[in-house]
Amino acid sequence: MDWLASNWRTVGELTLSHLYLAGVPLLLGLALSVPLGWTAKRWRGSYAAVVTSTGLLYTIPSLALFVIMPLVLGTKILDPVNVLVAMTIYTVALLTRTVADGLMSVPDHVEQAATAMGYGGLRRLFGVELPLAVPVIAAGLRVAAVSNVSIVSIASVIGVSQLGDLLLDGYRRIIWGELLTGIVATLLLALLLDAVIQLGSRALTPWQRVAGGRP
Amino acid sequence: MKRRTVLTTVAVAAAIGLSACGGGSDPLASEAPTDTGTAAAGGSIVVGGADFSESTLLAEIYAGALRAKGVDATTKTNIGSREVYLRALEDNSVQVFPEYTGALAVYYDKEFTGTDPDEVYAHVQEVVPDTLAVLEKSAAEDVDSLAVTEETARTRGLTTIEDLAGPAGDLTIAAQPEFKERQQGAIGLEEVYGVTFGTIRPLTGQAVVQALVNGQADVANVFSTDPAIAANNLVVLEDTKKVFGSQNIIPLVRADKVDQVQDTLNAVSAKLTTEAITQMLKQTDIDKQDPKAVAEEFLTSNGLA
Amino acid sequence: MIASLLDWFLDPANWSGEDGIPARLFEHLWYSALAVGLGLVVALPLGLWVGHSGRGRWVVSVANSARAVPTLGLLFAVALWVGPAFRGDLAYLVPSTLVLVLLALPPLLAGTYAGVEAVDPAARDAAQGVGMTGWQVLRQVELPCALPLLLSGVRTAVLQVVATTTIAALIGLGGLGRYLIDGIALGDYPRAAGGALLVALLAVVLEGMLALLQRKVVSPGLSGRAVGRSRNDDDAGTGKETAQEPVDLRAPA
Repeated sequence: MDWLASNWRTVGELTLSHLYLAGVPLLLGLALSVPLGWTAKRWRGSYAAVVTSTGLLYTIPSLALFVIMPLVLGTKILDPVNVLVAMTIYTVALLTRTVADGLMSVPDHVEQAATAMGYGGLRRLFGVELPLAVPVIAAGLRVAAVSNVSIVSIASVIGVSQLGDLLLDGYRRIIWGELLTGIVATLLLALLLDAVIQLGSRALTPWQRVAGGRP
Repeated sequence: MKRRTVLTTVAVAAAIGLSACGGGSDPLASEAPTDTGTAAAGGSIVVGGADFSESTLLAEIYAGALRAKGVDATTKTNIGSREVYLRALEDNSVQVFPEYTGALAVYYDKEFTGTDPDEVYAHVQEVVPDTLAVLEKSAAEDVDSLAVTEETARTRGLTTIEDLAGPAGDLTIAAQPEFKERQQGAIGLEEVYGVTFGTIRPLTGQAVVQALVNGQADVANVFSTDPAIAANNLVVLEDTKKVFGSQNIIPLVRADKVDQVQDTLNAVSAKLTTEAITQMLKQTDIDKQDPKAVAEEFLTSNGLA
Repeated sequence: MIASLLDWFLDPANWSGEDGIPARLFEHLWYSALAVGLGLVVALPLGLWVGHSGRGRWVVSVANSARAVPTLGLLFAVALWVGPAFRGDLAYLVPSTLVLVLLALPPLLAGTYAGVEAVDPAARDAAQGVGMTGWQVLRQVELPCALPLLLSGVRTAVLQVVATTTIAALIGLGGLGRYLIDGIALGDYPRAAGGALLVALLAVVLEGMLALLQRKVVSPGLSGRAVGRSRNDDDAGTGKETAQEPVDLRAPA
């Protein structure tokens, strides 16, 4: 507690960078996995290929991916872009399958009704299919958010600052207050993002509350 | 279906591999902390610091002294290893960095074996690139050293590093990861003293001393200013053949900033002593105080701020 | 850059001795196998019991929610806390194994529990109907039926543990993570990148091997292959299940 009292300003700054490094890739990853998931749904033959190859990316250990990034991007090792891109890759790896499954969970008769009403192509995707898939996608997004927040802390090892710095410095100098602050702050940030996504999902699906059941 | 999946994956991997060929230079070679790259513009100064307590402390002291003289100075600490931060100085993302005479001399001249403090200082001034300059050296010194517990020193009869030549094969040393491959580390110890440790345990920060204190290592590679030496009654083995050289603290600055900072930083160097640094490190590392606050206290009590 | 990376891989010095790639690879696999093995010893009986009896589901939820704890912090905290009690190698091996086991537990538990719970009640009834004891039902019906989800859990656990073993190098252990940490400390990028490629490769190869194993081991009657029908059995759980039930919550470290 003493430690936190005299260092809250640093903790605040690091929390913001942590949120940035974990949150922005979440949005980018979501934006990328929608077309990928849609492809997997539209051409069923591609489902296994798309889902497996993106899923395979998730098996690459984060420290390894952070270190390989400069090789692929031509960036410097301390460049935060490495972390942003790596985290976006993880988000896509987790979300593509979810988006594909979410879109596929939309009942055929609903799609047919939408088509009959004149909804076609993109308009049907954004007007009908995606909104109906929101609960499933949100569930996947929550998993990705919690996972991102935890993984980003490893970036301290390659010198990109965020809450992980407290873990590393707390360990190096054996300052329990700092180490525990780092752990708790990371946990809280994960819970916060999780709650925001839940709230957002609820706001986007008002029919779920009205009917008290599934669409 | 499965096979096609594997093929797709291989193709993706190959594409990544190909695009990787585009990545030109060494990512670890030149590191510019991106957000400080422009800080040099308005005559402001960024003082860098490496990723250990003493470097952070010195960076705060330099920056605090400069601020007291009206210079807009900030710090950028925890910048990886020497190989990384020296490039940061050269590409102007930092302008001042606390350094050590011997280590810096050997970095630029791998053949250099001098050990006398003045000789080392003279040499380091010669070998740094024209874009950089070394200001006056302080009396404060921080050499790498090998420490053992009182008990080990007694039972094994150790007082100098030479005494390790016999038992070293049975001993474990705790040291920073880079120790294993540095001339002022395992390589020099083997060449000069014939000391080869049985096991090298790569650790960072306080974990090095903790390994010694908790009995997981028999010898530890610690900085001579580390307050943990006194706190744990450790015995520092004398470096009779000067493998670790002379390591006086010096400000390394960009040549184009010398006029702006030299009077201030030379005044700081004049006040720095090994004891003062050990004392301040006790405050930051053992009493867990904020390095910035400790630095300010030092500056105030020495009339530097 | 690519050339120096190739040089690193081709240098014979990097293929022998205690720093060599074979030795580091062996260490890495040993730390990982130890953790997954211990994890199975704990999770298998516990998960079977929870799934079989339907009691103690909170165990699974607790294990699941623990996943939000940052692994790096947990590793450091355990190393500082537990490490001093041990001597020699154990001072580093015990904390890292402890953390790795904690990581392996949630997917193993969830896989076992969900697998047993997902067993068709009709199959269970039939087994009881022919006079099997509770133990026999568990061993001969529930366990084989649970195998697909159980193996998914093992697969997730193995990958997660292999990935996290990389950061065990931060607290003084060996393994492939050494190349990353030492490479960064020495400003030797080819070594760091070489190590990173090795770890990534290991993860991908293991993933492939485990997927194959899963296909081989699962009873043909369950996978649908027995009736000559090909289905998407890449993962035992169907997409919808994994999406809503975060059984697949993996966090590579």
